[in-house]
Amino acid sequence: MSFSLLILTGVLFAAGSYLLMERSLTRIALGVGVLGNGVNVLIVAAGSSPAEAPIIGRVGELTDPLPQALVLTAIVIGFALLSFVLALAWRNWTITENDEVEDDVEDRLITRRDSSSAKSTDERHREDVSP
Amino acid sequence: MALLVAVLGLFLVGVATAVGLRRRPLVGAFAGLAVFLAGVAATVVEGVGVDEAPTATVKWLSALGLDLHFSLDGFGVLMSLIVLVLGFAVLTYAIAYFEHDETFARFVGVFLAFAGSMTGVVIASDLFTMFVFWELTSICSFLLIGLNDKSESARQAAVRALLTTGAGGLCLLGAVALLQVDVGTTRFTDLVALQPTGTLVDAAIVLILLGAFTKSAQFPFHFWLPGAMAAPTPVSAYLHSATMVKAGIVLLARTSPAFGESAFWQWWVVIAGCVTMLIGGWRALRQNDAKLLLAHSTVSQLGLLTVLVGIGSPLALYAGVAHLLAHAVFKVGLFLGVGVVDHELETREVSRLAEARTRLPLVTASLVVATLSMAGIIPFFGFVTKEKALVALLEADLGNVATIALVGVVAGSVLSVAYSARLLRALVRRPLKVAAEHHTSRVGAILLARPVVEAAGFSLAFGLFASFVGKVLVAPALSLDADAKGKLVLWPGIDDALLISAVVIIVGSFIGWRAPLTATRTGGTRGERTFDRIYDSTLGFAKRITAATQTGSLPMYVAVTAVVATAAMLSGLLLDGFPSAASFVDDSPMTVLVALLVAVFAVATVVVPLRFTAALLLGGVGYGIAVLFVMRGAPDLALTQLLVETLTIVIFLLALRVMPRRFAPASQWVPKWARAAVAAAIGVVVPCFALLVRESREAPSVAADYLTRSVDEAGGANVVNVILVDFRGFDTMGEITVLAIAALGVVNLVRVAERQRRAKSAGSAK
Repeated sequence: MSFSLLILTGVLFAAGSYLLMERSLTRIALGVGVLGNGVNVLIVAAGSSPAEAPIIGRVGELTDPLPQALVLTAIVIGFALLSFVLALAWRNWTITENDEVEDDVEDRLITRRDSSSAKSTDERHREDVSP
Repeated sequence: MALLVAVLGLFLVGVATAVGLRRRPLVGAFAGLAVFLAGVAATVVEGVGVDEAPTATVKWLSALGLDLHFSLDGFGVLMSLIVLVLGFAVLTYAIAYFEHDETFARFVGVFLAFAGSMTGVVIASDLFTMFVFWELTSICSFLLIGLNDKSESARQAAVRALLTTGAGGLCLLGAVALLQVDVGTTRFTDLVALQPTGTLVDAAIVLILLGAFTKSAQFPFHFWLPGAMAAPTPVSAYLHSATMVKAGIVLLARTSPAFGESAFWQWWVVIAGCVTMLIGGWRALRQNDAKLLLAHSTVSQLGLLTVLVGIGSPLALYAGVAHLLAHAVFKVGLFLGVGVVDHELETREVSRLAEARTRLPLVTASLVVATLSMAGIIPFFGFVTKEKALVALLEADLGNVATIALVGVVAGSVLSVAYSARLLRALVRRPLKVAAEHHTSRVGAILLARPVVEAAGFSLAFGLFASFVGKVLVAPALSLDADAKGKLVLWPGIDDALLISAVVIIVGSFIGWRAPLTATRTGGTRGERTFDRIYDSTLGFAKRITAATQTGSLPMYVAVTAVVATAAMLSGLLLDGFPSAASFVDDSPMTVLVALLVAVFAVATVVVPLRFTAALLLGGVGYGIAVLFVMRGAPDLALTQLLVETLTIVIFLLALRVMPRRFAPASQWVPKWARAAVAAAIGVVVPCFALLVRESREAPSVAADYLTRSVDEAGGANVVNVILVDFRGFDTMGEITVLAIAALGVVNLVRVAERQRRAKSAGSAK
């Protein structure tokens, strides 16, 4: 396995995940791009050995075509994902002049719900069923 | 097996009634009665007097050994008849009981589905099949306890019952898995033949016992059964006395010949059974509500059955089977009789039962007969079976276990006589006032009273013809255990057991006759309170976990995911050992140079504060990787990478042109160094893991196959292309679909945002 590609994979993973942990959608999009590249390099580096391109008729040992087929698909899907995140960033900026991901308020509310509100659901249910 | 058709029929009619015949539940009820009769006929024709028990297999996942196996052996015949005949009787009763009640359709539907499930439990011939129907009965029981869904206490009782029996069901599933893995079978006959032992088998035994104890309300799970009395009387009589709660006993009866030899099994069974008998008996003595009295007495009687069936003595097993029949008959009569009183006089208070004497003489007389049978008074069937139980325990050659069981059963019997005596006194004493006029129609009154009188009649008839019944019961007992041969007699002659009985009856009557009819009211039992505490604290714990983890912050979720993934990979590395560096190949200087350049670009992407520059640097990363691909012999990848990278830069430019040049300063939700630490950990662990994964590869690549078939079968020399468009063409179609969905998403996001922006600018222009 190629040592330099392995180290490169590590750098790409670290940089990509650092960017993913940001709030700015633009930086998250950059993170998606970097991390996606990291995954592609990883699959190629770990899945095959450097050799001739897998085209029948070439002289010499042919490399494993399967990781290449996987990665080719992954490149395209990574591109789709990146475009979507960028569209989100653009939309956020256009509407709110801000491309940051806010905290999900609903998630916070769920934890605040206490037993008294659970009971009121129960009471509402009883009102529903009683004629 | 025609009985299976009847079981299916019960399910179908049940569902049809609950869903389609809501306005005409009587049609469903009569159809159900017809299916009950057909089931009885099928059972008798197929199962009675045959040498070989008929069997049936319903194929499901045969490859995994998961098929449904049924066998209508002697015990199956007895239990099916109890389930179907009592189902018929209780359903006719319910027709009158639920007159003008809007929940009748639902009741009939679930009731029939339950009867089908219960028949499945009793004719199942392996533990897996039994588990499937066992769970169905738990669900039906839940629905029936909560039939009155406007009552909060009924709903709570239903949840308690479901969670308790459901937990037991899970234990049973665990036992199924353990036995299947360790012994290789869950067929009852195979288990009895193999007599398996071992650590895993011991674990399976514990799980089986937990399943049986939860279902049959044995200590410490006895609390849910009295709560289940929130259900209408026909439900209590049928499910929570005669049939469903016997499922645990059925399970013990089927498995006891296989595991009963283990001392561990015997002790568990005897202690749980005896404690349950005493607790149930003691509580029954102190109830004001006649139905609750019967519920606690059921708990107590189930304790006795557990001891008899589980202790591992063939004669006790025979006595247990007999007492199971006796209990089903007299307890159904008692529940239904109390239900009649409740229906007519609108009271179930023990102190007012006597008022029924003048109004419902026949029902009262039947109740008295059933109570005498419950107390074990000659000449009723309860006497015969209890004598047999005492004889069996006296003769059992099991040492201390049998002695403790005998002491427990005698003490429990004293309590049973006592609560029976108290109930008897409540029934026959002079009433304080005469009941008002009745309001049930004549037909209704007959429908209500008939099963009560019949049950009393059978309690007497079975007692008088005890030796005949005893002969009939030999086949069921023998089908469980080849040694379980016994006989029943009405008058055994004066022996030890009879003397013990006499003492029990005298002491018990003395206690019971003096016990006050109005006891000081007790609130929820300790078991219920404990259950509620566990239930509430579980929910509270879940809420605290949610509060801690569900913060609503996307970066936090990403960080947690990253940390967990890293920890998982790290643990794999620590377990399997870090990979050696032996497999490294020499890279060409060009590869090293380009990789270094790409790494620098990647780091720069993170640190530059300018949006455009960062996007261009990302493009640089992509182009560099394209070069690396070319050098690794992947020209197709390089080509795709170049195209995609160019497009990416274009899209970045389109999106970023509205935004400012610089990033806003990152919010400090978590210090920068913590994020950097997580990122660095990932950067170290992932390559190590990749190396490990590569080293642990055992199977050869499928590439050789693709390489040989590519030209011949697909007519293409470029194998990567052939894989994409031919060998794995469907994957490519999925990829295109993802692309199309993403494109739709992008188009819509942009359109909506444009419209909102225009609306906003139009609004500000005004």
